[in-house]
Amino acid sequence: MARQLTQVIAGFIPLLDSAVLVIASEMGFAEQEGIELKLVRETSWANIRDRIAVGHFDVAHMLAPMPIASSLNLTSLAVPMKAPMLLGLGGNAITVSRAVWSEMEAKGADESGDPVSTGNALSTVISDRKAAGKPPLHFGIVHPFSGHAYELRYWLAAAGIDPDGDVEITVLAPQLMADALATGQLDGYCVGEPWNTASVLAETGRIVTYKQAIWPNSPEKVLGVTQAWAEKNADLLASLMRAISAAANWCAEKGNHFELARLLSGPGLLEGPLELCLPALSGNLRLDQGTERRIPDFLTFAGGERAMPTKAHGVWFYEQMVRWGQATRSAKGLALVEQVYSPERYRAALNLPMPSQMPKIRLFDTPGD
Amino acid sequence: MSGGLSILVIDENKIRASIIEQGLHDAGHDHVILVHQMEGLVRQISEINPDVIVIDLENHNRDRLEHMFQVSRAVHRPIAMFVDRADSHSIDAAVDAGVSAYVVDGLKRERVKPILDMAISRFRAFSKLAEELEEARTELADRKTIDKAKGILMTSRGLSEQEAYDLLRRTAMNQNRKIIEVAQSLVIASGLLGA
Repeated sequence: MARQLTQVIAGFIPLLDSAVLVIASEMGFAEQEGIELKLVRETSWANIRDRIAVGHFDVAHMLAPMPIASSLNLTSLAVPMKAPMLLGLGGNAITVSRAVWSEMEAKGADESGDPVSTGNALSTVISDRKAAGKPPLHFGIVHPFSGHAYELRYWLAAAGIDPDGDVEITVLAPQLMADALATGQLDGYCVGEPWNTASVLAETGRIVTYKQAIWPNSPEKVLGVTQAWAEKNADLLASLMRAISAAANWCAEKGNHFELARLLSGPGLLEGPLELCLPALSGNLRLDQGTERRIPDFLTFAGGERAMPTKAHGVWFYEQMVRWGQATRSAKGLALVEQVYSPERYRAALNLPMPSQMPKIRLFDTPGD
Repeated sequence: MSGGLSILVIDENKIRASIIEQGLHDAGHDHVILVHQMEGLVRQISEINPDVIVIDLENHNRDRLEHMFQVSRAVHRPIAMFVDRADSHSIDAAVDAGVSAYVVDGLKRERVKPILDMAISRFRAFSKLAEELEEARTELADRKTIDKAKGILMTSRGLSEQEAYDLLRRTAMNQNRKIIEVAQSLVIASGLLGA
């Protein structure tokens, strides 16, 4: 007789980094933990936020800063939330139109995606444009509380570009970015794969830098749960995290990349050609038609310790919210954020040792020690 | 009493949008604008300058709109999601029905609540209709498949219509499957075998 499975409903947005949930559900990892993981595809992060808040979803694929924003009451339908586990590291890139790239290239922008060089080149391009009386460049992000927003802003600001004055930043759904670039509504964007590769394949854009270069091995999506659900279903959440961790290890296996790309490009998910999904999964990125670059950790799925959230991750996101005027710094806020990103639930579920030391947050311009 | 509120309905589903529009008209709101096209939406909103925005949750532009309401210079007055903490029932109902509403900050909730309630009930009615239509469609398709399977059995085994149906039903019971599933396999198999 079949074992009685407990149903868990997970909301997700079809992106490459929904892979671990898809695999946990489809390859039997959830079932092994006694869970029937039911995935519900969504069309916006606002829907994910609303539907987890009203209890339609038990858990959700979320942008890493979202549980923080919700806990700090910075969004509509804000409820206290947790980010007990990371679902993916890296995976984003910044793409600009061919026209902007040719201007950047003339200012000596590095062709292999070095964030210092490309940022400086863009800075010069922007100054020149301003001097010539041209309108500001438009950049797209997927959500104000997202890794994309903070990576783009960090990269711009590091090169002396004011994200709120020198450029215009607007929000657009990820799958619409490539078209917006092609039609000139956007001059550039920061988005998760495969939507950078989409512009490269269409020969309308060029990848100028990427998340793994800006903030190596940083969280991009997390498992989001409301605090109420996590407290009421502690054992179930632990089982779910073990299942997802096992699924993430499966996704990390090189030999599974093709199968993973096939699944993700299929019906109900990305519904696109295989060559759209493969570059980020294999780490062989095409920055433009002619420039291929091997970036092994471009997008990382991994269970075990690597999927463990840390307070430092949460604090970095909080600092960006403060930096860009979304939140006001307070001791209470900081304590709350550390709770949202506490590694404890995950560590206990997987029986992992206490980390020996807090990992340091290092970005591309962090001075060496 | 409409009190002159201007209401913008953003829904790519034209039929559903007109159903809402009709409902709003019936309730005395004569300043209702429908938008189906997402192109140039920001400019349109800025021109219309609505008091209330009703939007379907399937809309891919929801994140864009929310962000725009918060920061964009294109919107003259701050617009917030219609959330009334005290009324979690209507939040649930709205999300459940697949609709969300945004209002100009400071607008009295008594004025907006009936609009949201109306949108919720119309959205529900619409999904029920769509579901029924889908059911009717499947039912019809199922009946056709069963008829086809019966026909195959009648020709190949020389059975009467009743006998053919009994055979399908018996097979389904023995295999613990639905009649339609047995009929489908039979139709597919006979198609493959060129029967």
